[in-house]
Order: sequence, then structure tokens, then C-alpha cells
Amino acid sequence: MILLDHIHKSFGKTEVLHDVNLRVGEGEKVVILGPSGAGKSTAIRCVNGLETPSSGSVFLDGIEMTPKNRISLVRKHCAMVFQQFNLYPHMTAMKNITLALVKLQKMSRAEAEERANECLDIVGLREKAMSLPSQLSGGQQQRVAIARALATNRKVLLFDEPTSALDPEMQGEVLNVMLKLSHEHGKTMIIVTHEMGFAKQAADRIVFIDGGLVTVDSTPDAFFNDPPNERVKQFLSKVLY
Amino acid sequence: MSNGPFALWRWEMLWSDKAVIFDGFVTTLLISILALLFALLLGVIFGLLGTSDRKTLRMVNRVYVEFFQNIPLLVQVFFIYNAFPFLGMRWSSFMIGVLGVGIYHGAYVAEVVRAGIHSIPKGQFEAAKAQGFDYLQMMGYIVIPQTIKIILPPLTNQAVNLIKNTSVLATISGLDLMYQADSWASQGRLSYGPAYVVAGVLYFIICFPLASWARWYERRIKSREHIQLSDNAKDELMMMAEDVL
Ligand SMILES: Nc1ncnc2c1ncn2[C@@H]1O[C@H](COP(=O)(O)OP(=O)(O)OP(=O)(O)O)[C@@H](O)[C@H]1O
Ligand SMILES: [Mg+2]
Repeated sequence: MILLDHIHKSFGKTEVLHDVNLRVGEGEKVVILGPSGAGKSTAIRCVNGLETPSSGSVFLDGIEMTPKNRISLVRKHCAMVFQQFNLYPHMTAMKNITLALVKLQKMSRAEAEERANECLDIVGLREKAMSLPSQLSGGQQQRVAIARALATNRKVLLFDEPTSALDPEMQGEVLNVMLKLSHEHGKTMIIVTHEMGFAKQAADRIVFIDGGLVTVDSTPDAFFNDPPNERVKQFLSKVLY
Repeated sequence: MSNGPFALWRWEMLWSDKAVIFDGFVTTLLISILALLFALLLGVIFGLLGTSDRKTLRMVNRVYVEFFQNIPLLVQVFFIYNAFPFLGMRWSSFMIGVLGVGIYHGAYVAEVVRAGIHSIPKGQFEAAKAQGFDYLQMMGYIVIPQTIKIILPPLTNQAVNLIKNTSVLATISGLDLMYQADSWASQGRLSYGPAYVVAGVLYFIICFPLASWARWYERRIKSREHIQLSDNAKDELMMMAEDVL
């Protein structure tokens, strides 16, 4: 379970999150929507400590994140997929996936490679295990990044606009993989995206962040078919048409 | 007998005394290697400090770099040689060569290391942190291996500068190549011409291949460029790579 409890975050003098509260239960798929600059990335990055809240607390399974326990909490709970993939360019796909398994989870090399192959199968890229990121298309890189996140077997998967840097023809392959994952019951997923079609299909809940606040928290059905307020209507009309 | 600066007999005299020059050459190599190792050690430590999140650590980096980069090496060497003894520290010329020149170039190496780490995209640090790697693991597995490739050319140029700069030791009886060439000429029949030419050629023989290799390697990584660098940092590094003082 994840709890963002009264999170405020300022960069310098500007506060970009004003009192964000969010509770995500185990296995839930939450899609975060909102206009550009609203604070979606900042909020999701608080979950794994890439940003430290100026005030308020992050709880993972009831344990409050502190500078001291951040690393051990993250190792236990969280994996992240980024907009820019952020694969390690000097390592093959296989090495990208096994690094954390071997160095952090103390698996043997053979175990780690077996696990990596399983995960590459899930994203449909087993044959690319020995490729360097530079030899892969954007969509393939992102699928390797998803395999890397899956491999560590952490309960919470965080996605920050995983398809925004991709050409339209490659977005589908990544969204399909993510959709497949969203049907897995055990995984908790928090996804920042602008893909409304995906949000409708994958989300248990839609969280709308606007101006540094969670202004709507509802089912996808209610959110899309009966937009709860003017801002959401405005937002939807811009992204859909 | 001709008395021109490059008269044949001067060359013959130099040839028969070649052991002296060779001695200087070996000393220069030895000092250069040790000073380079010391400079690398300091450069990595202070370079890492320069990329710290903590302001005080970055300040330590700035003070070290700006202090040693902005005072001529000759002043530093004279200070250690002539003023340190009054503080009860008497360093041999050899030690001044290794430590003094090493500290001076460590400041340049620190800048190269700092710029190199800055050129690694932020996403790499974030991916490592998001996976739960601690600082040393992040640096060791992810950041430094990518940094080394791109800083090798500017580091090699620093090595070239360092080798050439050991020649200031001639002014404090350093027994290095330049000192031996100069003292050989001044003690004998003033055959400065051949002595300096031979010293120059010997410096060139070490430095030119290093500089050429650096240029070649830099072009090669530029053309492959499978490491994505942030643009500013790339410019900074390229400037350093081209900057042979
Ligand atoms: N490191 C930072 N330093 C200063 N300001 C920042 C930083 N990161 C984000 N901001 C600012 O905080 C605000 C929220 O940014 P954030 O990236 O969270 O928005 P977002 O909702 O993810 O937007 P987008 O859809 O464009 O990704 C923006 O105004 C942004 O400029
Ligand atoms: Mg964002």
C-alpha cells in the first residue's frame, strides 16, 4: 500500500505540489492525468524518493520514507519506467536487466539470466537480449526498460509518461505490454500518461492532478463519461480532439 | 673548427655523453608517471566532490581547482622549493616533481572528471536511484564506466601537459631531461643547440603519440556516439580535449 500524506513540494520559492494526498491499495492500477506542468511527475517521483517532499510523508506498506531508509524501501517495493527509457547504454539488454538482480538481490548469474529471459518473453524481446540499447528502436528500448522493472519483482511499478517520447507507430507496442501487465492482479501500478484510450482500459481509478492538487479521484467510467468539473471537460476536449 | 651552434663536433660530444641525457629522460618519465598517478587520485576525489549535491563539498572542489589552476606552476614549485624549508619541510626536487606537479595537474584532472560526470544524462542517475543502487554502486556500475570513455581524450591531453610541465623542475635542479640537457650544455662547451634539440625531440617522442591517440579516440567516439551526452557538457569536454596548454 502506498500513501502520499499531505505532500508539499517546492522548487526554490515556487511550490508545485500543494497538499497532495493519495492512497493506492495493493494491486490497484491508478492512472494520473492532468495538464502539463500540473505536478504529475513530481508527485509520482515522490513515491520512490526521486523527489523529497518539502513537507508531508510518503508511506510504503505503512513505513514512512526517510533519507535513511529510502534505499532499502525502494529496493523492496518500487521499480520505475521513465519517459526517456534510461537504459544503461554501455550494457546489453540482458545486462541492463540482470544488474540489479545480481548486485542488489544477490541472485546467481544463471538465476538472473533465467529471470531476465522470462521478462524479455513477457515484453516479446527475448531475441534482443544481447543487443545494446543503441541497436534497439525506441519502442524496443522501452519494452526492455519495462522488463528491467519487472525483473526485480517489486510490487509497485511506476510509469512516468512511458510512451510520450515514442513515435506514434511504436506507442502501441509499449501500451500493449502495459495493458497486459495491468491484468496481473498482484502488481500495483501508478501510471502518468496522456493516452486516454489506455487509461480507460487499464485504470481502476483516475486521479486528476491540476495546479499541484489532486482535484479528482474517480472511476474511469465517471471520469470520462460524466466529467466531474469544467477543468476536466476542458482537459478532455484538448487531449481527445 | 666551426663554432656554429649546431657544429658537427657538438653533436659528437653530445653523443658520447648520451648517458647523461638518457638519465634525465628516465627521470622525467618516472616523475611523470608518479605525478600522473597522484594527479589522477586527487582529480577523481576532487572531481567527485565537484558533482556532490552538498554545497560545502562543491566549495571544496572549487577552492582546490581555482587555487591551483590560477597560480603559475613555476610559482608553486619555487614556493615549495624555497619557502617550505622555512616551515621545516624540505622536499627533494624529485618529491616536488611528483607531489607539486601532481597537485597542480590534479586540479585540471578534477575539472575533467567533474565535466565528464556532468555529461552523463540525469536519467542515468535517476534510473540507478530508482532501482535502489546506493551512491557507490551507482557510480561504480553505471556512471563511471560511461564517464571513462568520454574523458579519456581530455585526460590524455592532461598527461601530455603534465609531461611537458615537468620541465619546470630544471629550475630547481630536478635532474630531469631538461635539467640534464641544460646543465650538460652549460658545463661543457656551451652546446646548447644540440642539447635543446635532443631534449625537445625526446619530449616530442612521448607526447606526440599520446596526443595523436587522444585525437583519434575522440573522433572515434564522436562518430559512434552511442553515449548520449547532454549538450553543454559535451561542449565543455570538447574544449578540454582540444585545450593543450
Ligand atoms: N527540478 C525542478 N526544478 C525546478 N522546477 C521544477 C523541477 N521539476 C519540475 N519543476 C516545475 O514543477 C512544475 C511541475 O512539474 P512536473 O514535471 O511535475 O509537471 P508534469 O505534470 O509532470 O508536467 P508534464 O505533463 O509536462 O510532464 C512545473 O512547473 C515544472 O516547471
Ligand atoms: Mg511529467
